[in-house]
Amino acid sequence: MNCAEARDLVHLYLDQELDLVRVVDVDKHLQSCAACRALYDEQRALRAAVRRDAGYHRAPAELRERLRFSLRGQADEPARPRARWQRRWNIAVAIAAAVVLSVSAVLYLAVPTPQNRLVDDLLSSHVRSLMANHLADVASSDQHTVKPWFDGKLDYSPPVEDLTAQGFPLIGGRLDYVHDRPVAALIYRHRLHVINLFVWPGESGREQKLRAFTRQGYNLLHWAQGGMEFWAVSDLNEAELKQFVDKISAMSAPRQN
Amino acid sequence: MKDDPRTRELAAQHHARRFEELALPHLDAAYNLARWLTRNDHDAHDVVQEAYLRAFKFFDGFHGDNARSWLLAIVRNTCYTWLQQNRGLRVNTSLDDLPDSGAADAPLVSGQPCEDGPEKLMLREDDRALVNRALEQLPEEFREVLVLKELEDLSYREIAAIAGIPLGTVMSRLSRARKLLHKHLQTLVRET
Repeated sequence: MNCAEARDLVHLYLDQELDLVRVVDVDKHLQSCAACRALYDEQRALRAAVRRDAGYHRAPAELRERLRFSLRGQADEPARPRARWQRRWNIAVAIAAAVVLSVSAVLYLAVPTPQNRLVDDLLSSHVRSLMANHLADVASSDQHTVKPWFDGKLDYSPPVEDLTAQGFPLIGGRLDYVHDRPVAALIYRHRLHVINLFVWPGESGREQKLRAFTRQGYNLLHWAQGGMEFWAVSDLNEAELKQFVDKISAMSAPRQN
Repeated sequence: MKDDPRTRELAAQHHARRFEELALPHLDAAYNLARWLTRNDHDAHDVVQEAYLRAFKFFDGFHGDNARSWLLAIVRNTCYTWLQQNRGLRVNTSLDDLPDSGAADAPLVSGQPCEDGPEKLMLREDDRALVNRALEQLPEEFREVLVLKELEDLSYREIAAIAGIPLGTVMSRLSRARKLLHKHLQTLVRET
């Protein structure tokens, strides 16, 4: 781990948001680099000062009482006796609403295409992977460690490229389950952003041009090349994610399996 | 039976009590966030009250297991709506569009990455009030992530849910917030 990487991760380290493997990496770096160690100590001191000195504003007792009072008042309101016509009207509205809801439910259920479901699957897999200790099954920045790790776990061998020099260090690999099949997930990082690259053999074997999707602030890029389907998922902006994809795509091209 | 006024009344009371049990324990956290975002007691009071009534209205739709995050997200949104309406403040969301290692970082991490540590920050006992002042000076986006992280000790995941931003944005905002806070503090210490 170099200084730039350590500095990127120092806040996550401080906030205990790193997985164990990277904690060990940062530990090692901090022990050997006095400058980064000084930066870390300083951030730790700043954090301690904020936690100690910044005012915590507790809610005034009067607000608590007032809220209790107005919540109970709201709860009592519907209990007032109503005219019979009003009740009938309420029932009519409820039936109308139920009809509208079920119609829109049918429409809504009709909408998800296999493509949409796949995109949602990939996104939740990406988000799940960001939870502590779930990022990588095999944590290594060495492509020759990550690639063989998939042997015997998948019936295909995903292309694993190292893009450290281009600013996208490989973090590791993970076996994931997407769209009813086990797939290889390769994890890369760009600054503080994690990129999950999902790879599996395509059914048609056709080449496919790059297509972009956006969901909940995440970017997903899909393409097919050399018989493989590729999906890159990240909260990185689309332009930089596209740079990453271009590099992967260029490196995968000359040595197709 | 369902239309019986007595049954309805009991159901409504039960509903309100369940909301109270779930929401009132987080009132301090709600108030603290609103107080830091609005920067005064009177407004924090109004915002929290409005947010709680709003939350109660939408309580039927809450099926999650993290009531605190759900409530704080509503408090936060109410704060921002309030800030926009009452002060005509421009809520700046374009800060995240800057590249992470770009302009915002430049003053603190410049030159050789491993050569120059930032200037040492020494806080004396009577400088303590400065932390509050420095924090108040931060733009809202930065202030809120620091308050949620340092004062409420929430995880990045919870902060992401409350602020409605991706995890990566929580990380970069937090690291920039700390750099900026550090800078403000240095300036304040030098002035005193």
